[in-house]
Amino acid sequence: MNAPFSPSRRDILKGTSALVVAFSLAGSRLEAFAQNAPAAAAKPVTPDQVDTFLAIDEKGAVTVYAGKVDLGTGVRTAFAQMIADELDVPFEKVSVIEGDTALTPDQGPTYGSQSIQNGGVQIRQAAATAKAALLEEAAKRLNVAKEDLIVTNGAIGARSSNQTVTYGELIGGKQFMLKLDPAAPTKKAADYKLVGKPIPRLDVPGKITGAFTYMQDFRVPGMLHGRVVRPPALGAKLTNVDESSVKQIPGVKVVREGDFLAVVADNEWNAVRAARELKSSWSKSETLPDEKKLWEHVRNTKIVKDDVTSNIGDTKAAMAAEGRKLSATYDFAIHTHGSIGPSCAISEFKDGKLTCWSASQATHNLRKQLAKMFSMPLDDVRCIYIDGSGCYGRNGHEDAAADSALLAKITGKPVRVQWSRADEHGWDPKGPPTLIDLRANLDTAGQVTAWEADFFIPQGAAGMVELVAASLSNMPTDTALSPGGIVQDSAIGYKFPNIKTVCRRLETTPFRPSWIRTPGRMQNTFANECFLDEIAAALNVDPLELRIKYTDPADTRGLETLKRLEKLSKWERRPSPQKNVTGNVVKGRGVSYVKYELVRTYVGAVAEVEVDRTTGDIRVTKFYVVHDCGQIINPAGVEAQIEGNVIQTVSRTLKEEVTFDRSMITSLDWASYPILRFPEVPEIVIELIDQPAEKPWGAGEPTAAVVPSAISNAVFDATGARLRSVPFKRDKVKTALQSA
Amino acid sequence: MTITLKVNGKSHEIDTDASTPLLYVLRNDLGLHGPKFGCGLGQCGACTVQVGGRAMFSCIMPIAAIGGREITTVEGLLENGKPNKVQQAFIDEQAAQCGYCIAGMVMRAQSLLQTNPKPTEAEIRQHMRPNLCRCGTHAAILRAVKRAAAA
Repeated sequence: MNAPFSPSRRDILKGTSALVVAFSLAGSRLEAFAQNAPAAAAKPVTPDQVDTFLAIDEKGAVTVYAGKVDLGTGVRTAFAQMIADELDVPFEKVSVIEGDTALTPDQGPTYGSQSIQNGGVQIRQAAATAKAALLEEAAKRLNVAKEDLIVTNGAIGARSSNQTVTYGELIGGKQFMLKLDPAAPTKKAADYKLVGKPIPRLDVPGKITGAFTYMQDFRVPGMLHGRVVRPPALGAKLTNVDESSVKQIPGVKVVREGDFLAVVADNEWNAVRAARELKSSWSKSETLPDEKKLWEHVRNTKIVKDDVTSNIGDTKAAMAAEGRKLSATYDFAIHTHGSIGPSCAISEFKDGKLTCWSASQATHNLRKQLAKMFSMPLDDVRCIYIDGSGCYGRNGHEDAAADSALLAKITGKPVRVQWSRADEHGWDPKGPPTLIDLRANLDTAGQVTAWEADFFIPQGAAGMVELVAASLSNMPTDTALSPGGIVQDSAIGYKFPNIKTVCRRLETTPFRPSWIRTPGRMQNTFANECFLDEIAAALNVDPLELRIKYTDPADTRGLETLKRLEKLSKWERRPSPQKNVTGNVVKGRGVSYVKYELVRTYVGAVAEVEVDRTTGDIRVTKFYVVHDCGQIINPAGVEAQIEGNVIQTVSRTLKEEVTFDRSMITSLDWASYPILRFPEVPEIVIELIDQPAEKPWGAGEPTAAVVPSAISNAVFDATGARLRSVPFKRDKVKTALQSA
Repeated sequence: MTITLKVNGKSHEIDTDASTPLLYVLRNDLGLHGPKFGCGLGQCGACTVQVGGRAMFSCIMPIAAIGGREITTVEGLLENGKPNKVQQAFIDEQAAQCGYCIAGMVMRAQSLLQTNPKPTEAEIRQHMRPNLCRCGTHAAILRAVKRAAAA
């Protein structure tokens, strides 16, 4: 078969709308698709096409096109493992392109622990479809039955003869022109060779030798360095700019568009200096609540709707019935993403088209947002992902992208915007404050008869987060609150006869919200799993035993997780708090458990802590995790995610809190927003439960959900003091110790 | 001003403002992207390099303050183009998630092992304290430093 025009893979990679001739083979299943397809087509990005996800070149090298991106989680390597395995090609033959709107499908933002579970599974299905078609074609070429074929290293051979034909010979450089078959059979668990193996990550050596190019390292010829001069208060209006204040710095230009104020320079340090030295005046603005009365403010914020996330039995009657009533209020502070590398992006307008390079976890959404901001057709905007510093949710990457695009538009040159530390801590969107009321009734037989919960959380879901540059310059942008799917894990899986959980959706929240790792699930699970511990203490029963008692007996994987946790942590069954504690530094252990979003990854955890009863300092000394995320693609990757979840969330639980005055955030650096340092890192013990025959589920977030409650419960075990307010800072701990 | 900097064994003439932090010269004038901009405040260690054999924050060190001291970046640790002992230990332990902090971590660990080849766990933790990681790679980094010490 001769193709009249066969573009190189490089052309496709460049996204030059390369023309590709259909893979047309007389009489094959593929031909049916080919005949219905246009004679030539650009690489598709629609999710119904195999070519959207995969290309195979003449040498048999496989390129995977992923809408999900590697945020430092190792999914690039995991995708390569899954696809190499499914296609039976060597791992080294697979490369992965991620997050380029011209080349990769919109698989949704990279959030919610869905990269493998949804993104990877979809690509695997494309590979299975491709493989079936390749086998069919090979059977024809070799004139054997399909059942006679075996694939080894990208070559299809017949068992009955020694003929072979390679993937490269069959499809090399051409498109499949095949619809993705959601039912195409994938490999059986026993046949996996790469899935389930701790394959070293593709990106790690370059990161350790300095050769890896991060977004922050990327450069475009002729670009300027831009820095945005931020208002000193949220909502402040720019009243005056004294451009002469920076005239001594060479090559600097001041840019103003409404309240968007910035400098550009060809030398980066000169841009930094100019942004610091530029004199500007702003109106007074005090829009924020009194920090000391934050929880009153949250409780008094207008409720726009109630989302009832579970309603089992009749809690009203059950709560009114005789029994021992428990109630408690929990709160969880405002957190920032805290990426170590502040956000960075480069934008370029060329021939009326915008190209934007960023570390956005959602380039397809960013593309829509930039098209809206500049009132451009979507087709004229291309957003390309380049790995940045870890973001843990929607941090400032998209805002840096909008900053750079606005400056590129105004200056007519490519502009790189690198946020400062204060930009990132001050202006990335925040995890909203969360307030939770819980109530339960316990009957005289020691049964939990009712569970009620109210979660005071802002309205909105995951969506498009308002772009700061667009707001400041009065350009079009999305303004609805997008805090993420924060109603998740407000409902509980325990089998109490009467349960009602309600998310009271608030009209506003003090800061532009977005999702931060384990959004809502962390806060909600903190309250739920601590309150369950309160119930166990009230009933004078072992808290792990209580969890087992109320877990659905049919949920064997959940029960297995708890059973293994008990063994791994050498759990001693007894009620908390422990008795006859002496000394200043006391030790305790606490348990927590979640079936993530009630439908996927199981995590059980035990924290061991030491509490200094004089200073109120808590040290998490050891943390045990048992984890079942179904089929494990790469156990080393899963363990790294679990360790990261534990360490990051110990930090968030013990230390982290955004501070503010009436005008602005005041925690603008690592001194005012401290995070965990090496001496404070716990020892972590992990047991993975692999389920090779089950679906793969996410591992990027679930462990984080159980960390705050495990720590709080351990502190209670050690001291009898119940910590219901994250972070567990000294003063709060001391107050709780006094009232214990 | 023009200044001579010796970086990774090679001398460079740099013409720039005397207040420019070393980090900007390394990244923009010399194209060495291993050292990273993290805070510009000497609080996180992503920019850690060796100056005169000691681990320093390059983001706050003006080039005028360097004098004749030799500078080593993570790129300068390579031996015949191959990862050195510390880098190899980090690779073997897969001690990176996003990896943005990791060049700084490698440089901080390198300085420890040069002066204290067999550190205790507590010594490693204390020495690494100035450097922040947000992904929570600390446990893997500690394993890597121990592996390098044992190599």
